[in-house]
Amino acid sequence: MAWKMKQGYELVVGLEVHAELATRTKIFCSCPTTFGAVPNTQCCPVCLGYPGALPVLNAEVVHFAAKAGLALGCRIARFSKHDRKNYFYPDLPKAYQISQFDQPLCEGGELLISTAAGEKRIGITRIHIEEDAGKLIHDERGTLLDMNRCGVPLIEIVSEPDIRTPEEADAYLRKLRTVLRYTGVSDCRMQEGSLRCDVNLSIRKPGEAFGTRTEMKNLNSFVSVVKAIEAEYDRQVSAIEAGETILQETRRFDQRSGQTYAMRRKENANDYRYFPEPDLGPVIVTETQLAAWQGELPVLPDARKAAYMAQYGLSAYAAEQIVSERAIAEYFEQAAALSHAPKTVANLLITEVFRLLDGEDAVICISPEDLARLADMTEDGEINNNTAKAAIAGVWQTDETPEDYVNRLGLRQISDAAVLSPLVRQTIEENPKMVAQYYGGKASVKRAIMGAAMRLAAGKANPDMMMRLVDEALDGQENK
Amino acid sequence: MSITSMTLTALCDALKRKELTPLEVVRSYLDRIHQVEGHIGAYISLEGENALLKAEESMDRLPLQGIPVAVKDNICIENRRMTCASRMLEHFVAPYSATAWQRLERAGCILLGKTNMDEFGMGSTTEHSAFHETHNPHDLTRVPGGSSGGSAAAVAAGEAAFALGSDTGGSIRQPAAHCGVVGMKPTYGTVSRYGLTAFASSLEQIGPITRTVADNALALSVMAGCDPRDGTSVAHPGHFSAQLGMDVKGLRIGLPKEMLAGDVAPEIRTAVLEAAKTLEALGAAVVEISMPTVKTALPAYYIISSAEASSNLARFDGVRYGSRAADYADLDEMYVKSRTEGFGEEVKRRILLGTYALSAGYYDAYYKRALQVRTLVIRDFRQAFTQVDCLLSPVTPQTAPKLGELADPVQTYQGDLYTVTANIAGIPALSMPCGRDEKGLPIGLQLMGPAFSEPLLYRIGHALEAALGPVTGEVHL
Repeated sequence: MAWKMKQGYELVVGLEVHAELATRTKIFCSCPTTFGAVPNTQCCPVCLGYPGALPVLNAEVVHFAAKAGLALGCRIARFSKHDRKNYFYPDLPKAYQISQFDQPLCEGGELLISTAAGEKRIGITRIHIEEDAGKLIHDERGTLLDMNRCGVPLIEIVSEPDIRTPEEADAYLRKLRTVLRYTGVSDCRMQEGSLRCDVNLSIRKPGEAFGTRTEMKNLNSFVSVVKAIEAEYDRQVSAIEAGETILQETRRFDQRSGQTYAMRRKENANDYRYFPEPDLGPVIVTETQLAAWQGELPVLPDARKAAYMAQYGLSAYAAEQIVSERAIAEYFEQAAALSHAPKTVANLLITEVFRLLDGEDAVICISPEDLARLADMTEDGEINNNTAKAAIAGVWQTDETPEDYVNRLGLRQISDAAVLSPLVRQTIEENPKMVAQYYGGKASVKRAIMGAAMRLAAGKANPDMMMRLVDEALDGQENK
Repeated sequence: MSITSMTLTALCDALKRKELTPLEVVRSYLDRIHQVEGHIGAYISLEGENALLKAEESMDRLPLQGIPVAVKDNICIENRRMTCASRMLEHFVAPYSATAWQRLERAGCILLGKTNMDEFGMGSTTEHSAFHETHNPHDLTRVPGGSSGGSAAAVAAGEAAFALGSDTGGSIRQPAAHCGVVGMKPTYGTVSRYGLTAFASSLEQIGPITRTVADNALALSVMAGCDPRDGTSVAHPGHFSAQLGMDVKGLRIGLPKEMLAGDVAPEIRTAVLEAAKTLEALGAAVVEISMPTVKTALPAYYIISSAEASSNLARFDGVRYGSRAADYADLDEMYVKSRTEGFGEEVKRRILLGTYALSAGYYDAYYKRALQVRTLVIRDFRQAFTQVDCLLSPVTPQTAPKLGELADPVQTYQGDLYTVTANIAGIPALSMPCGRDEKGLPIGLQLMGPAFSEPLLYRIGHALEAALGPVTGEVHL
């Protein structure tokens, strides 16, 4: 059900998304970034913040972050720098996070989103580079620390406060995830924490200045982002209607209760005392590097979507579905190029192949050649759509070609009237009751008769041909 | 001449010619330490028998083969305690070695021990060590200077052939001056800071403390070098000993009048001006110049260094290593108690000062302002070096004070007036003895040059050293 404004208050949301970069090693040392390793096995004096250890910037981090910026239409700074963000927390071994404060790597991009309400551009204020912190593990032994994540490179992508509905927030996150995965700079696996989201939210009467905003940190699923926005919006509307003022504060969204709660004042009183990181030189990006990185970018989802609609006549919905993952889009393009029925390719892909895919990194277990062949056979009337789907499922993860599968099971469609006409006659003879009902004025019975005829043909009949024959048999010459 | 009073250069030659063995050298130093350390207190930890074992394994044909070295206790050496003279790290064992030490070790150096210092490098008397005082070998009732006081005292007292110090605002040069030895703060980036416990990252360098200028050039040549583990390190273009023995004819030497006025003790002013005359006699041209920003460098230094320190020392929180308070109710109390118990008064003062300078609402008035002053100081030096090849100044306004004499921190900070400028500007500065005051205490002078001018500074220092002859006198213990 679509979200609706309450009491005339407009929702104003900006999102800060942290995405872990998929570099092989950490941002300031050469420890691996592999997820899921035994706790505290991927650490060294540098990422553990030992006395005397110094950070050295991994050049690949700048490369990946700049690629993300380019894909999101940002200006890439030729000169940017690192700053220290100082605060105490046990998962932050140096008690400061190396980040970028006033001179980020990327600025001024945008992301095109589409919701049921249509398309919209969401501004991207900035993207900066920073290091991740470790993880606290609370168990029966007390609070333990896993430092493997310390120093995993992150980009923080800050949106403009352009988002006006929870649906837009959801669409923004999905699209952002799609674009980042296209560029290959991040896996964006929310359940592994490689994509995390902070929500800044305020409300106002349309046309008024922005209200005071609250922040909800570290939301780890799209669903909780939407739920947190809905809950916090409701809270702010009620508070203002009750004559209360909204405090600028960090709030925690509790998934169980579905409510947001103010965090302790102390946690809110942070003054991060940013200052330039003296251990690192400036980040310099040359024109040559930038041109090379631009050249590495794949064709992005918006361009692909437009091409599919123009070239293959796909619907916006179908095109959107296909471009949501780069691997699927590339698969589709291969299959479509081999087929004279690209729309059918798209249809089979979105329905049956998507149904069989399991999880976001799953592999398509039918070759583009085979899918193209099935689409062509369907288009040419050799098999019907259901057979095509059955064949995809039948050969999934096997070596058999779908054509062999169709032949082996004798699923080729019968389009020969000489074969089908006797079956129609037999159906009419065997179902006098239904025929009588039909002539008595119950038009819908025709479908049941059609179904019975298809059963006699063991499902292999060309449905269009069979329908025509049933029409002829029941309605005679008058319909011709 | 005893082994422990030989210069590093002479010792290297004797070892190379096999007139001495590493074992003999190390044993002599251990004997000397045994004899005098009770009076000096230069060391926090001693290697003892370990050093003898290393001497036995010592390899041939290394540039500093068998040379016994003392290392300031804020520099990491693998599997050795590193305390930074703080309760906070009293039992901390370093899991890796600093690059500067690695380079010395590979060159054949043998560790004698880790030296006393002001806690985390904050202080100029070594009295801020959490463990014990260090006594000036020239007068045991006086301080050796600081923060590398243990290193300077060890070299002056014959307890090490040379020593490593670190210099954030004079911490090598000032104790070198007080102890009558030679100390170099190299150009920023010359020696890797990897493994040096950070106090103020943008200001500090590791450097050698030696008996002679030539020794200093030799030690620095082994320690220096670009390090992939330190993003601020650079490949120094100079060959440190290359100009030793060359004369100083035609060189232009500047005397910044702001560094010879005001608070400087008359005897020190006289000694420095005498040295200038000696250089003139050797053919150099000495000119008085003006550096108006010198006075502003001191407050800028204290703001920048304290700001960086407040961040650099935040990692000592009792969570992963270092000392943790025994009783605490929650996380915040654990932080507060551990840091309250672990840090000494001077360290706390700097952390508070730095935290304040970086706080919202004060940043622009203090930290940002200090960075602007830094830019001006750099410009002033650049301007000066268009007129002269190097600058000559005192190292300190006073000779070594009595233990306990300096009580007021602000008064103490004033003593860093001449040394902090080189850290602010990132340029090299050499401190070497140039005389004695009435009490017989060593007086030091400072030579500062443009970035990467160490070979020139060593050349001038070496020529001056030869012309002045022995100036500080023997240490009698």
